[in-house]
Amino acid sequence: MLLIPCPWCGDRDETEFHYGGQAGVPYPERPAELTDEQWGEYLFVRDNPKGEFAERWSHSAGCRRWFNLVRNTATHEIVR
Amino acid sequence: MRLPEGGRIDRTKPLRFTVDGIEHTGCAGDTLASAMIANGLLTVAPSTYLGRPRGIFAAGVDEPNALVQLDDPMQLATTVELVDGLAATTLRGKGRLTDEPDAARYDKRNAHCDVLVVGGGPAGVAAALAAGRTGARTILADEQRELGGSLLTENRLLDWLADAVEELDALPETRVLTGTTAFGYYDQNFVACASKTRLWHVRAKHVVLATGAHERPLVFVDNDLPGIMLASAVRQYVNRYAALPGENIVVATTNDGAYGTAFDLAGRVSTIVDSRSEPPAELVNRARELGIEVLAGSTVRQALGTQRIGGVRVGDREIACDVLAVSGGWNPAVHLFSQSQGKTRYDERKAAFVPDKSVQAQHIVGAANAVYDLTGCLDEGFSAGIEAAKMTGFDGEKPAAPYTAREVITDPHPVWFVDGPEGRQFVDLQRDVTVADVRRATGAGMRSVEHVKRYTTIGTAHDQGKTSGFAAIGVIAQLLGAESPQGTTTYRPPYTPVSFALLAGRDRGELHDPVRKTPMHDWHVRNGAVFENVGQWKRPWYYPQPGEDMKAAVLRECRAARTDVAVMDASTLGKIDIQGPDAGEFLNRVYTNAFAKLKVGHCRYGLLCKADGMVFDDGVVMRVAEDRFLATTTTGNAAAVLDWFEEWAQTEWPDLEVWFTSVTEQWATIAVVGPQARVVLAIVAPDVDCSQDAFDFMTFKDAFLADGTPARIARVSFSGELAFEINVDGRAGARVWDAVMATGLPTPYGTETMHVLRAEKGYVIVGQDTDGTVTPQDLGMEWIVSPRKDFVGKRSYQRPDATRPDRKQLVGLLPTDPDELLPEGAQLIAPDTPLTPPVPMLGHVTSSYHSAALERTFALALVKGGRQLIGRTVLAPLRDRTIAATITEPIFYDPEGARRDG
Ligand SMILES: [Zn+2]
Repeated sequence: MLLIPCPWCGDRDETEFHYGGQAGVPYPERPAELTDEQWGEYLFVRDNPKGEFAERWSHSAGCRRWFNLVRNTATHEIVR
Repeated sequence: MRLPEGGRIDRTKPLRFTVDGIEHTGCAGDTLASAMIANGLLTVAPSTYLGRPRGIFAAGVDEPNALVQLDDPMQLATTVELVDGLAATTLRGKGRLTDEPDAARYDKRNAHCDVLVVGGGPAGVAAALAAGRTGARTILADEQRELGGSLLTENRLLDWLADAVEELDALPETRVLTGTTAFGYYDQNFVACASKTRLWHVRAKHVVLATGAHERPLVFVDNDLPGIMLASAVRQYVNRYAALPGENIVVATTNDGAYGTAFDLAGRVSTIVDSRSEPPAELVNRARELGIEVLAGSTVRQALGTQRIGGVRVGDREIACDVLAVSGGWNPAVHLFSQSQGKTRYDERKAAFVPDKSVQAQHIVGAANAVYDLTGCLDEGFSAGIEAAKMTGFDGEKPAAPYTAREVITDPHPVWFVDGPEGRQFVDLQRDVTVADVRRATGAGMRSVEHVKRYTTIGTAHDQGKTSGFAAIGVIAQLLGAESPQGTTTYRPPYTPVSFALLAGRDRGELHDPVRKTPMHDWHVRNGAVFENVGQWKRPWYYPQPGEDMKAAVLRECRAARTDVAVMDASTLGKIDIQGPDAGEFLNRVYTNAFAKLKVGHCRYGLLCKADGMVFDDGVVMRVAEDRFLATTTTGNAAAVLDWFEEWAQTEWPDLEVWFTSVTEQWATIAVVGPQARVVLAIVAPDVDCSQDAFDFMTFKDAFLADGTPARIARVSFSGELAFEINVDGRAGARVWDAVMATGLPTPYGTETMHVLRAEKGYVIVGQDTDGTVTPQDLGMEWIVSPRKDFVGKRSYQRPDATRPDRKQLVGLLPTDPDELLPEGAQLIAPDTPLTPPVPMLGHVTSSYHSAALERTFALALVKGGRQLIGRTVLAPLRDRTIAATITEPIFYDPEGARRDG
C-alpha cells in the first residue's frame, strides 16, 4: 500500500485516494474540431511507461483535492 | 525421547495432549512437534498423493510434512504451541474447515515507527537494541514465542540474550512483538504482521530485515523416509526442547553448518558425510576427537528402510542409523526482501541467492544477508540498527559486541541430486514431486523455474516451497546442464498462511460494511417494511400487510399511488449543494442540457454523460439562488458524481468559482404521490398553496409546515402522477414522516413500487436500464441533449457510432402471456434462431414487473436496432421454457402526461 503525500494533508495511506491516471492530458479546447481518431486518442490512449510517470490522484476520503505526483511505476517510489 | 536435562522447557508443568486420539504428555515450552518427538512420535500422516510414510522434517514454518488438524485446519505441528488438552489429528494433505463460526475476537492495529526490525535472532536483537537505545521508536517483530532465533538452537550467548530481552522490554519507545510474523512487505515500508489474534499494519520509516535463513534438504533416493530431518531441526529439538529424535545419527552435509549438530549430539552421531573433498581441518579434527567419522567428498545416495530410515548408502557402504540429519546448504530468507522489490543475485561461492539491491528504505542483515558467523551477524545487526536510527533523525553509539570470536565459514559444495531412480528422489515432499517429474517438465521444453513450478506444482503447497523451492532450482540447473541456478520464483505475500478471520478482524457480520439508514428507518421497521440494500443504504422495498406476498403488496402500493395517495421515503437520493458565481456555468458544462438560465425556484431534470458519451447519472437540479443549486443523484452513485464534479472543477476548470458539498444526510425527503397528494399537503403544509395555478410543475417553494418545521417542497414526479417532495432537515425527518402518516391518508410504498411506477412511464434508472455502454440516443433521450452548447461528452455524442442503427436501444416488452414475468437479465433472440451456440443475441431485459395499472406484466429491454423492431416478437429462452414478447414503445401508461397535474 502506497504512502501518498497529499499536498494539503500530508502522508496518508493509499486507501484514502482515488487514482486519476496520467497527468497532463487536458480536455481538448475545441472537441468539435477534432477528428474521431483525435478524440479517441484523448479519451482512451495514455502512456504506460516503466519508470517515472506523472499522474493524478484525488484525496477523495480526505480533503477531496486533486493533485499531481511523479511515481516510479517499477518501484512505486514516489519521486516528487 | 525426552532428555533428562537441558532445553528451555518447564518439566514442572506437564501438559496432556492427544495425537490421533492417543494421549501423551509434554511440557510447557514445547511445540506440538517437539512434544511428539519427546514421546517418540516422529512419523506423521502419509504423503498426499503417493501415500508414502513421512515424518517430522523441520522445526519451524518450513515444515512440509507435519500438518495437523486442530480447531483450525492445516496447522504445522512445528509452529503450534503446546497447551494442555490440545487434540491434534495428523493430516494427509487436506484439512477441513469447522462448521462453527470462529468465536475468537480478531483485531487490527495500525502502528507507525521509526525502525521496524523483522526477526529476533542475534542480528535482529542487535539491531533493535542499537536503534532502541537512541530513542527511535522501534518495533521488533518475531514469529517465535521467544526471542533468540538461532541462539536458542545453538545454545549460545543465552545470558546476553536474556539481558537484551530485559533491556528491550524496558526501553520506553521500543515494542517487542513475539509470536508475530511479518508476512507481507508492501510499498513505502508498509509491513503487515500477524499474531494469533491481531493484525498489525506497520508503517516504518526504516526497516531492518533480519529474517534468517532456511536450511535446504538433500535430494537422493528415498529421501522422504521418516527419520530424515534438517540438521538444524535436529539440533533445535535437542538443545531447545530436550527432545531427542534418535539414538544413532548420521549427518549428511554440503557445508559447515551441520557440524554443530553433530558436535552437540556427540556420542549419538556415528558419521558425517560431507560432499566437500576437503572439509575444514578444524571441524574434521574436532569430529574425530568426539569419535565421529567424517566421510569427505561423499554423498548419501539412498536411504534404507521402509517405514522409517534404518541406514544410508554412501558409495558402496551401508551405515546404520535411525536419524539422518541433512543439510543441503542455506537459503537466506529473502521472502520479505523480495516482496519489497529488492533484487537478489546468485552467489557462486555461497551457492545461494543473496540480497543484491534494496529498493525501499531498508537494511538486510545476518543470515538473511548470507552472513552465517555469529560475530558477523551481531556486527551487521548493531550497524544496521544505528544507521536506521540515524536515518530517521536519532543518534547514538554502535553498541559493543558481546562476542567477537572469528569464525571462518568455508564454502559449501552443493549437490543437487544423485544418480539413481529419479522417481524416488523427492524435491517437494508436500506435493510428492520428484526429480523424474522435473525431468518431464524440462523434457517438455521448460527452462524457467516459474514454468516448472506451475507444471509440476513444486512450491505450491501450504509451505510455498520453503524447502522445495531452491531444491527444484538446483535440480533444474543440473538437468539443463547450466553452470549455476537461474533465477527464483516470485515471492509473494503472505510469507506464512494467514487466516481469513484475522484479515477480516472486526469487519464481519454487521460491521462488515457501514449500514446507512434514513431518519425514518425505525418507522419502516415498526411497520413491517422488507428492506433492500441500495449501495450501503437500507431502503424499504415494500410493506407487506398480513397475508400479502411481495406481488400483492406491490400491486396494492401501485394502485394507491395511481388512484389515491402514497408516500415514499426518498431520503437516500444523493444530494450535492453547489455554490459559487460560476455554479450555473459549471452545470452547463457537465449536464447534457442547459442550466445557466434556469430560474431561481425552478427544478430541471438533468442527464450526465462521461467524456466517452455514455450515460453516467441523472437527477433533478433545483436552483436555490443565483449562485446556488441543489443537485440530486441516484442513490448508489452520489459519491461518484461528487468525485466527478470535483475532478472537472479542479483539474479542467480551476478558473470557475464553484464549490461542492455532499448534503445527502442533511436532508430527509418524503415523496407524496398520487391524485390525492394535495389533500395530504393541505394538512401537513397548510400555508402552502398547492393548487395547479399556484404551484407549477418543476418548481419548489420554501415554507413552514404545520408544526413549524422549515421545509422545501418541490413539485417533481418520478411516477407520472401528481407528486410533491417534502424536503426537511434530516433531524426532522422522522417527525415530519409521522405527521404525513398521521393524516391517515397515504399508503407507504417502497422501492419496488417506485420502480414499477417509473417503468410504466418509461423512465430509466441509471445503472439498471443502463450499464456504461448506453448513450442518450440509445435511451431515446435526444430531447435532453442541448444542440446549442458544449458539454462533457458532446463530442462522443456526435460520433456516427452513437447513432448507428443497430445499437442496442431501449424498448418496451409485453409478454404474449400477460401473466408471464420476464426475468431481469434474460437474453433476447429473434424467433427461429437455432439454439446451438453461439446463439446470436438481440439484447436483454433490464426491468420487468407486474403492473396494477396495465393489469399485466411488462418490461424494459435494450435491443439491437430495437426501435425499428417495434411490433415484432422476440423470444427469451429460459432453462425450462421460452417466453415470447412483443416489442413496444418504452412507455406504457399515460403517454400524453395527463395525470401529472392530478
Ligand atoms: Zn488531502
